[in-house]
Amino acid sequence: MLSRTAENLYWMARYMERAESTARLLTMGQRMAILPGAHHRDEWRSVVRATGSEANFPEDSHVKETDVVAYLMLDLDNPSSIRSCLAKARANGKSARTMLTQDMWEALNEGWRKLDSYDVAEARQQLPGLIDWVKTRAMTFRGAAESGQLRNEGHDFLRAGGALERAQMTLRLLDVKYYVLLPETEVVGGTRDHYQWTSVLHALSGSRAYHHVYGGAYTPWQITDFLMLNRMFPRSVAFCYDQLAYRLNRLAGWHDVRATCDDTVHEMVAGLENVDSGEIFRRGLHETVQNGLTMTNRLGMEIAQAYHFG
Amino acid sequence: MTFYEMLDQTGSVRPCYAEVQNWVERTGISGLNRRLEEAEAIFRRIGITFAVYGEGGDPERLIPFDLLPRIFTAQEWRVLDKGIRQRARALNAFLHDIYHRGEIIRAGIMPAEIIYQNSAYRPEMVGFSPPGKVYSHIVGIDIVRTGPDSFEVLEDNCRTPSGVSYMLENREIMTRMFPELFGQGVVAPVDDYPAELLKSLKEVAPPACKGDPVVVVLTPGALNSAYYEHSFLADLMGVELVEPADLFVDEGRVWMKTTSGPTAVDVIYRRIDDEYIDPLTFRPDSLLGVPGIFNVYRNGGVTLCSAPGSGIADDKAVYVYVPEMIRFYLGEQPILSNIKTWQCAKPDECAYVLEHLSELVAKEVHGSGGYGMLIGPKATAEEVAAYAERIRANPSEFIAQPTLDLSTVPTLGPASVVERHADFRPYCLVGKQLRLVPGGLTRVALTEGSLVVNSSQGGGVKDTWVMQD
Repeated sequence: MLSRTAENLYWMARYMERAESTARLLTMGQRMAILPGAHHRDEWRSVVRATGSEANFPEDSHVKETDVVAYLMLDLDNPSSIRSCLAKARANGKSARTMLTQDMWEALNEGWRKLDSYDVAEARQQLPGLIDWVKTRAMTFRGAAESGQLRNEGHDFLRAGGALERAQMTLRLLDVKYYVLLPETEVVGGTRDHYQWTSVLHALSGSRAYHHVYGGAYTPWQITDFLMLNRMFPRSVAFCYDQLAYRLNRLAGWHDVRATCDDTVHEMVAGLENVDSGEIFRRGLHETVQNGLTMTNRLGMEIAQAYHFG
Repeated sequence: MTFYEMLDQTGSVRPCYAEVQNWVERTGISGLNRRLEEAEAIFRRIGITFAVYGEGGDPERLIPFDLLPRIFTAQEWRVLDKGIRQRARALNAFLHDIYHRGEIIRAGIMPAEIIYQNSAYRPEMVGFSPPGKVYSHIVGIDIVRTGPDSFEVLEDNCRTPSGVSYMLENREIMTRMFPELFGQGVVAPVDDYPAELLKSLKEVAPPACKGDPVVVVLTPGALNSAYYEHSFLADLMGVELVEPADLFVDEGRVWMKTTSGPTAVDVIYRRIDDEYIDPLTFRPDSLLGVPGIFNVYRNGGVTLCSAPGSGIADDKAVYVYVPEMIRFYLGEQPILSNIKTWQCAKPDECAYVLEHLSELVAKEVHGSGGYGMLIGPKATAEEVAAYAERIRANPSEFIAQPTLDLSTVPTLGPASVVERHADFRPYCLVGKQLRLVPGGLTRVALTEGSLVVNSSQGGGVKDTWVMQD
């Protein structure tokens, strides 16, 4: 397979995943901003921090919803805005057209210029509808890949890109909110934190799943276990690492070579095996999350190197 | 008197159109227009669009599609088929000749300056014989019809003629939406074109190729106006669609960068112009090219389709001599005739053109796509005067032809079936042997009375049927 095609598939999945994650973050922002006392906490700032775009917002004043929606939803100058992600995923798809099924292409192509016609006021007004639309695009795309794409190396590149992006989003959310989890008491402090965490879980589409696994209470150990270690939850860091290891192992098999990315991903998986959340807190949650971000970035670079991306 | 292809001299529907006529009556005009909307929705969803540069609006537009097929009888096709193949052979023989001994010039049939001073002539090709002596592997010949038995060649396309994807997709849409029309197997199929193309390309593998040739389609990239066609053809042939940055030259071969490392490439169906293919040989400012690829080509390490320098064969100044080429190289009489053409490079012909410009169609010698032409009878006096100035300033850059009475074909209008002018482009494949699928692209001028069929100028496309005996 052409390296450029592999790269296109890998990034196409990352952009679709990123568009969806960003849409979910906007939902989280809206939920948190209507909580009592939200004004004092500058909740929208945590949203822009989770997307890594804090530098684009002034430090000395509260981040406003209008600006966040404009920047994360519509701004084409922001390479990670939803509109940029959808356009880039489609451009990647167009360049790798011969590797996509008709359904995958249609999922990328359908309504790709929809956001062009929105201004911020309209986008804010229709935010829930737009967010649903973005999620539907991403899910249709994944579904089309899941049900129709040949299980060749192209599929593995696609899925590897998706898993890496998803791991990073969960890690960044933890990075932004880790301080709420610092366990001064057994139960995360008070109603405010409770709502913060339901909002985070909601953003990861895991609030119901959490209760299925852990019952009613929110404890720092359980939330950390759920988001970092739980191998049943498809947005947990450990689950995404397992996926990455599986895909990279298949890719190594196709090419009959082992590269540094294969060692790195093993190290990442091993780092979360035989560990419980108590151990993570002993090592330091913040350090663990930071380490995860460093390792996923490194892995991305090593994958690009191993398969001769641009 | 314009020939309307649906009717004979007595005004009755010609037998080949009888089934279509029944279908139109059965379905009704509004019914057909509803189906047309469905067809357009399918085209857009699949992504069969072409890019239009610099006009704002939707950057990816649909080519308007007309539901009513254009039909040739088996007898008509036999003539076309012979004529098209004949022309493709003569053009390739001409290209080989002018890059070798130039017999046609020595024989006094063509003036040397038309060739050696032509910007499409590539001195770098002199003395080199590409595999099979094939230069133009896909010859697209634009044909117009002016009467029941008169087919004339408007121009030849020897570089990388586009539009064949529309031939295939138009048929695909028609068979998907109206299977009943094809039920009796009377329409010759065209869907083996990609397989025939791949065979032709493999037949011209370079000497360095061992085993089954690796073929690729080379595209400038996803922003190119014909990108859809590039990916479509690569897909249907099951070969890689590469961009220049995917290729590099090493140790006398061309390689593509793959996830398993470099893979040697044997045959490149390139959809990039000569000038941009190799910055070391042609334009040094080209960002598109593959440095060193031309040397590999000349040394037999890779085959470029079409060969650099093929463009001279479809130059409008050279076009005038194609009937002579057929006689000279093949010893045959031309089956398809040329359109009477005045060359402004010749003073007496130029004088005639300037005198009669308002009756003629004038074109730039190197122009394409319907840009930069003047249709005398449709132009204002000012436009004619301005164009005459341009001709006077640089006569050798222009030719002129009579305004042809192009045939019309039945076309779906909002309220009725209407007559619209059309042309026809078949695609002749040249490998070790010639291949021609029975069909081609019919382009139709959608505006009443218009003679310009180019998609960039408001033309549309329709399915083209060749009936079987």
